[in-house]
Amino acid sequence: MNEPDLVQLLSPTGHRVDHPDYTPRIAHLDPEALRGMHRDMVLARRVDSEATSLQRQGELALYAQALGQEAAQVGSARALAVQDYVFPSYREHAVAQVRGVDPVDILKLFRGVDHGGWDPTEHNVHLYTLVIGSHTLHATGYAMGIQRDGLVGTGDPSRDAAVVAYFGDGATAQGDTNEAFVFAAVNNAPIVLFCQNNQWAISEPTERQSRVPIVERGRGFGVPSVRVDGNDVLACYAVTAEALERARNGGGPTFIEAYTYRMGAHTTSDDPTRYRSAAEEEHWRQRDPIDRLTALLEAEGELTPDYQESLAAEAEALGERLRAEVRALEAPPTSSMFENVYATPHAVVDGERAWFAEYEASFLVDGESATEGAAR
Amino acid sequence: MSPTTERITLAKAINIGMRRALEQDPKVMLMGEDIGKLGGVFRVTDGLQKDFGPDRVVDTPLAESGIVGTAIGLALRGYRPVCEIQFDGFIFPAFDQITTQLAKMHYRSRGKLSLPVVIRVPFGGGIGAVEHHSESPEVLFAHTAGLRVVSPATPGDAFTMIQEAIASPDPVLFFEPKGRYWDKAEVDLDAVGGGLDKARVARRGTDLTLVAHGPTVTTALKAAEAAAADGTSIEVIDLRSISPLDTATVAESVRRTGRCVVVHEAPVLYGTGGEVAARITEECFFHLEAPVLRVGGFHAPYPVARLEHEYLPSLDRVLDAVDRTLAV
Repeated sequence: MNEPDLVQLLSPTGHRVDHPDYTPRIAHLDPEALRGMHRDMVLARRVDSEATSLQRQGELALYAQALGQEAAQVGSARALAVQDYVFPSYREHAVAQVRGVDPVDILKLFRGVDHGGWDPTEHNVHLYTLVIGSHTLHATGYAMGIQRDGLVGTGDPSRDAAVVAYFGDGATAQGDTNEAFVFAAVNNAPIVLFCQNNQWAISEPTERQSRVPIVERGRGFGVPSVRVDGNDVLACYAVTAEALERARNGGGPTFIEAYTYRMGAHTTSDDPTRYRSAAEEEHWRQRDPIDRLTALLEAEGELTPDYQESLAAEAEALGERLRAEVRALEAPPTSSMFENVYATPHAVVDGERAWFAEYEASFLVDGESATEGAAR
Repeated sequence: MSPTTERITLAKAINIGMRRALEQDPKVMLMGEDIGKLGGVFRVTDGLQKDFGPDRVVDTPLAESGIVGTAIGLALRGYRPVCEIQFDGFIFPAFDQITTQLAKMHYRSRGKLSLPVVIRVPFGGGIGAVEHHSESPEVLFAHTAGLRVVSPATPGDAFTMIQEAIASPDPVLFFEPKGRYWDKAEVDLDAVGGGLDKARVARRGTDLTLVAHGPTVTTALKAAEAAAADGTSIEVIDLRSISPLDTATVAESVRRTGRCVVVHEAPVLYGTGGEVAARITEECFFHLEAPVLRVGGFHAPYPVARLEHEYLPSLDRVLDAVDRTLAV
């Protein structure tokens, strides 16, 4: 397997790599900050494994693992300012967690009790979008709104804002994603188009999506583009920080291709053994994003026993809480089907809601509705 | 102060309505292809970019999905975008954004997000246009929960309804009868709308209820006029809204007249007429003297311009349906 040319600040074995442009971008990251990134990645992986187990136990209908993509997600998310806004696809669990979204809320979608799960305005993380690439346009429009709000290039870093749109290699084939590049470019919108190229769109390799390296596609739209080692949390942080700074300062969009690997299946319904080799999976296991940061911390003497113990305990507690709280998530009342279809009254919805309530009430047995049982 | 009335076209009424909205709410913005200097291919946005600037009246790239998709993002940031789709037949690249994203955001966020986006669509035929420029796709959107679908038939309604659509917290598909863009009427420029979801009795009658919307309201009124000469009194209802459908107003009328004909340019199959017929049959079965008839387009692609007047529900075809209904 050829190693592509990537921005890298941390080798697969955990050694620092110097880069003239990007090393200065991580100079301020002290051991505490590095441990913070490490913690984010470890906790995200714990959520991933717990959610996978919950699916296997029938507690979730489906789950899409972020396994292997923790560095791309944590590195980029840690470069965000509080006023920045994120538009995820549906695998950005680590991004959401870094932004403060409770993983229990993320799993509501996969448990089938909510189409969303959290308040997007609380953490500036939009809801997951399942139609591939559609949200890249929402992100671009949102960035155009930030421009109109006059919050680009004011010189005040606590006010200037930008948007990150996360999408995958498969999404780069979608029309909407390409239109997002067009709109972002001609409007000079403050946006970072962040592609996690995890090599596989379900069963199709990247070669089925693009004839050229994906990073090249951005340049065709006139968007500065950079390809980064997506399993290197430091490099992902550095390139995203640079791109966000450019966006907030009025320099317009940047395209980042984070070259990574989906170590797990597409979702719990997928079977990767049908389309990829064990050797390939092993190749990438050697490039595990968490292992390399662990190695760095160890080499620099920052992986103290205290830290390790407290992190292990925190991960275990998180797993337990997730298990308990997800199992306790119940289906919403049937009447919620008719709620929030419109923001203002709609005669057809109101009529159907009223009819359905009457229908349910017709099954009243000893004062209690038997519809739930009858309908099933 | 006496009401300010002006004799203006339907296109101008929309233009003035949008101007009012732009003046009153700094978050309102227009976006679409050629809507700036050109004023849109139908000149509906004429002069607005000059007065409100290119950031509020935006010439977009030629990409309908991009227009609606970025409008969604702008709405999430607090703006109220009004998108112009150049022609009815060009809305389909945006169909995904409209039906899977725009329509569902309020619902999937459990009411935490609202998308006050208006999508203006010049629709309908009769202007001798080439393929994809004369279609009536309104029910494709009415079939999707979360969207409001409306169509003004008169300059007066166009003036108030566009402002109500822009003020609505729900996404609105605003179908403009392009064949009626140049129809003129006195419009009260102080008027405020009476709600986006109410049908309007356009003419009182006692023998039959003729239901129409958008461009066919004028056809229906002409039919009523012609029938009156033969001694038949037709009540004409202008639906104004396809979603929601104001069944109550239609049913009230049919209970009095006992007969109902629905007319629209869109194909009859699975159309508004079918929905009205089903609902009227449910609600007014014992008042009906005859089956509800539908007059509209055929289950064939919109034909070449030289044949469109045979395809469209003409005055004669409407009167034919009226006669058949009265003969029962």
